[in-house]
Amino acid sequence: MPVIDLERQTVRELNAALHRLVPDTNETLWEVSNSNGKHAIGTGVDAPIEIDINGHVGYYCGGMNKQASIRIHGNAGTGVAENMMSGVVHVMGDASQSAGATGHGGLLIVDGDAAARCGISMKGIDIIVKGSIGAMSAFMAQAGNLVVFGDAGEALGDSIYEATIFVRGKVKSLGADCIEKPMAKEDKARLAALLHRAGVEDANLDEFRMYGSARRLYNFHIDNIASY
Amino acid sequence: MAAPKPIRTEPRFSATFDRYTISEIQRAAATGIYDIRGGGAKRRVPHFDDLLFLGASISRYPLEGYREKCGTDVVLGSRFAKKPIHLKTPVTIAGMSFGALSSTAKEALGRGASAVGTSTTTGDGGMTNEERAHSSLLVYQYLPSRYGMNPDDLRRADAIEIVVGQGAKPGGGGMLLGQKISRRVAEMRTLPEGIDQRSASRHPDWTGPDDLEIKIEELREITDWEKPIYVKVGASRPYYDTALAVKAGADVVVIDGMQGGTAATQEVFIENVGIPTLAAVRPAVEALQELGMHRKVQLIISGGIRNGADVAKALALGADAVAIGTAALIALGDNNPALESEYNKLGTTAGAYDDWHEGLDPAGITTQDPELAKRLDPVVAGRRLANFLSVLTLETQTIARACGKNHVHNLEPEDLVALTVEAAAIARVPLVGTNWTPGRDRY
Repeated sequence: MPVIDLERQTVRELNAALHRLVPDTNETLWEVSNSNGKHAIGTGVDAPIEIDINGHVGYYCGGMNKQASIRIHGNAGTGVAENMMSGVVHVMGDASQSAGATGHGGLLIVDGDAAARCGISMKGIDIIVKGSIGAMSAFMAQAGNLVVFGDAGEALGDSIYEATIFVRGKVKSLGADCIEKPMAKEDKARLAALLHRAGVEDANLDEFRMYGSARRLYNFHIDNIASY
Repeated sequence: MAAPKPIRTEPRFSATFDRYTISEIQRAAATGIYDIRGGGAKRRVPHFDDLLFLGASISRYPLEGYREKCGTDVVLGSRFAKKPIHLKTPVTIAGMSFGALSSTAKEALGRGASAVGTSTTTGDGGMTNEERAHSSLLVYQYLPSRYGMNPDDLRRADAIEIVVGQGAKPGGGGMLLGQKISRRVAEMRTLPEGIDQRSASRHPDWTGPDDLEIKIEELREITDWEKPIYVKVGASRPYYDTALAVKAGADVVVIDGMQGGTAATQEVFIENVGIPTLAAVRPAVEALQELGMHRKVQLIISGGIRNGADVAKALALGADAVAIGTAALIALGDNNPALESEYNKLGTTAGAYDDWHEGLDPAGITTQDPELAKRLDPVVAGRRLANFLSVLTLETQTIARACGKNHVHNLEPEDLVALTVEAAAIARVPLVGTNWTPGRDRY
């Protein structure tokens, strides 16, 4: 198992080694130590491998990830798993702003809280936050699911498109064009499947409320001017 | 006997409430929404037209046209990128999206640019296979919306352009109205078909110059430090934006003035936000020089570049290259007088057509209607663009040789004078026939 100590090697060396991996590599388990808040750790990986990062990471850890499962045994800085395509990024601690921003696919799990703009502009990624999320989360969220066990900050889902938000706790306020929607049987099944992927089997689905787009702002109309 | 006809003055139109202004008030009152259009600022602003080259004289001797070599090549991205871009001409094609443009127009841009050894640029909507295939050198834009953004396209690009803003709308996000959101455009952007798409004006995961530095580092890591990274800003505070982009680690700074086009933006935004292209060049060059980075971080200027004189003047003021957008579309066939009757049906006339957001372009360029798009033959249109780019290059060389330069990059501000006091002050060159550079010298 390759072990990369970021006190002895650079992030560049780590990423270069990860980018050299071929699809059928036997080096499927990687360990990164002394991450010490460094930026861009494990970005642009495109291989079915597992990476354990022991420590906190800076900005954009797991950015644009494809296929890899990345576990961060610590907190994550801004833009963790930004624009992820596939695979899993699991933050054992808290995540800073813009977690999972613009993600096109894959699964982001945050065991702690996530700060403002969680899931901003998400495009198909699934995000599960076991704590609470900050303001302006799921802003202009286009596709995918955001599941929050705790509370959501102000202006949740502002200008949301076709993404879905599930929140178990309190929502401070909803953003423009975001509304609560009744949860149908299929929605519950989708939520159950999401939670299963995150290894959560004991949650009471009835405690969650679902939010999505009212689709009133999809085409400009002067009568909606107060919403802009 | 009939009463004598009263003697009247001619009907007098107000300079303040001119016919266009009155029609806009009437339009606004009838519709309740601001006017949206394509193109750049149409008002007259100080521009490269206000400058003249001095040419050779007793103290300077020229190069022979057609015989003595005058280089036009430019390397972009030599600061950090392992694979800088080598262009044969200092004229590049600015970012324009598939979505804003038809796939035939994107193909034509690629064909034309590739024929003369220069680059094209994607836009707010991702990279299409067609444009990658037809562009030998393709710059991939990294925009706030991140529509279609993915690491594979990032790696198959020849350079990456982080778009902070554009000249037609510094501070504004992209706009593509429902008429142009076809199924393919919608799928590329992960949006429902037919909705008005108003993309974000701020990047979702970075704010300010310190974050930008980390974002650039991430993009370099993902692409293994191979690709040149450009930072594009709309001209507003060019001195500070250039300095901050350099500090953040950019290889290339792109500054787009207010005459630079857009596919769709509010008229009030286009005409009133941002500064003219001419006014952006010297402050940007000054920032590069003060940092000791002039010619190390390359500067691309765009916004209203129309001919070789504009190219030469931008280079003489210190730019490394220019980008064209509107002029390239005109070369493809936009606003062609042969389509006059069709422009008339749209309530406009050839030369003034700017309703690019409506997707009804009779030339087949700014449309997603497959029937209209088919009207543009990408081979023929690409040939026209290649011709136009060749003329720009030849004209730039002609001026450079007249000024005694064996490379277009050797043009310098000392080769220029200004026709107006304002252009002299802005371009920091003397008013023609005087030794006076307003703002620098007392008169």
